[in-house]
Amino acid sequence: MRTGLVVDDSAVIRKVARRILETLDFSVRDAEDGEKALAMCAEAMPSVIVLDWNMPNMDGYEVLRNLRQSPGGDRPKVLFCTTENDVGAIARALRAGADEYIMKPFDREIMMAKLDQVGFAVHRSAHA
Amino acid sequence: MTEADFTFLREYLKKRSGLALGPEKRYLVESRLSPVCRRFNLATLSDLVGALRLSREGPMEQAVVEAMTTNETFFFRDRAPFDLFRDVLLPRAIAARASTRRLRIWSAAASTGQEPYSLAMLIHEAAAQLVGWQVEIVGTDLSTEVLEKARLGLYSHFEVQRGLPVQLLVKHFTQVGEQWRISPQLTNMVSYRPLNLLHPFDHLGQFDIVYCRNVLIYFDAPTKADVLERIAKALTPDGAVLLGAAETVIGLTEALVPDGQHRGLYRQGATHRAAAPQRLAAGF
Repeated sequence: MRTGLVVDDSAVIRKVARRILETLDFSVRDAEDGEKALAMCAEAMPSVIVLDWNMPNMDGYEVLRNLRQSPGGDRPKVLFCTTENDVGAIARALRAGADEYIMKPFDREIMMAKLDQVGFAVHRSAHA
Repeated sequence: MTEADFTFLREYLKKRSGLALGPEKRYLVESRLSPVCRRFNLATLSDLVGALRLSREGPMEQAVVEAMTTNETFFFRDRAPFDLFRDVLLPRAIAARASTRRLRIWSAAASTGQEPYSLAMLIHEAAAQLVGWQVEIVGTDLSTEVLEKARLGLYSHFEVQRGLPVQLLVKHFTQVGEQWRISPQLTNMVSYRPLNLLHPFDHLGQFDIVYCRNVLIYFDAPTKADVLERIAKALTPDGAVLLGAAETVIGLTEALVPDGQHRGLYRQGATHRAAAPQRLAAGF
C-alpha cells in the first residue's frame, strides 16, 4: 500500500490534499506541524510527503533537512507545496532535497501530474 | 438549439474544419459555442446559426471553428511520446543527418505551444551533440488565437505545473508577475504558422519528424486518410510520424505503416517509398 503524509498548518489544505491522495489510492496521514510530521516518519516512512514551507516552529526546509538526515529519510518523495512561487524559492527547495514543487493554489490535475513526475502511477480516469 | 440548428452546425464545422461531430455531441456544441454567442452579443445559439447562415468569412466564423477545435494541452502530455523523442527519434535523427546537419520537425496541432516547446526542451538537452546544426520546429494550428499565445510563450502557474518537471521550469522559464515566460532560446527554435490540415501544406516543405497527435480523432475516415497521405508526402523518405494514442493509419491508408517497434510511430509505406526520388541508407 502506498502511503502519503500531508504536512500543513492549514486544516483546509490538509483536507484537500488528503482527499486527492486518497482518491489516487494512497493511505494518508496528516500533521499540522513539522515535529509531528517527523515523529510520524520515524514510526513509518511514507511513500510521498506533501510538505508546506511556512509553518510555525519548524518550517518546511528544516523538516526536509531533518528528514533527509534520518534513517530511511531519503526514501520518501517530497513534494514541496507553498504559496512562495518565485524561482529562488523553488531552487532552494530543490537544493534542500525536494523532489518536486507544487505552487498553491493547486488542483487535482496538478497533484496527479506531480505524483506522476516523481514516479507514482496515477489513474487518469479516476475522479473524485 | 433546434435539431435544424444542430444539423447546420455539424455540416458547417465539417466543411470548415473537417470536424466530424456525432449526434451525441450536442452538449459539447452548446457548451463551447455559448461563450461565442456572448462575445458577439447574440442571445441564443439559434441567433448564432442565423448569423452564420448569412455571413461568409469573418471573426465570428473563425471564433466558431476555434471554439470547437481548441483542446486543452500541457507540457510533455502523455509523457511516452516525449520519452520516445528523447530516447529514439532524436538519437536516430542525429545519426542519420550527420552529414547535412539539418533537422526539421513539425508539430501539426501545436495549440498553445506546449508540444513544440516540450520538443525544444529535449533538443536543448541534446545541444552538445547539435553544435553547428540547423534545427527547426514548425508549429501549426487551425486557430490563430492559440498560436498567438504560443508565440508569446506566457503560461499560468497551473499550465506550467501540468507535466513540466520543476527542474525544467526553473531552467527555461522566468517569472512575469503571476505568469511564467518561456526563454527566448526556446521560442526562437519554433516558428508558428496558421494551418488548416484540410488545406494543402506542401509549402511547409519536408520534415524528418512529424508529431500529429489528437487531431485526426475529430475527422471522419476519408478526411483522416487524405490528411495522412499528404503527411506521408511531407515526410523525408526515412522520416517518422507520431500519432496520438487513440489514432492509427490501419484501415485508412497504406501511405504510412506502423514502425513495428514503437506504439504510435509510423513511417512511409512501401508504395510511397518506391515513388520517392531519394532514399537515405540509414532510416530512423
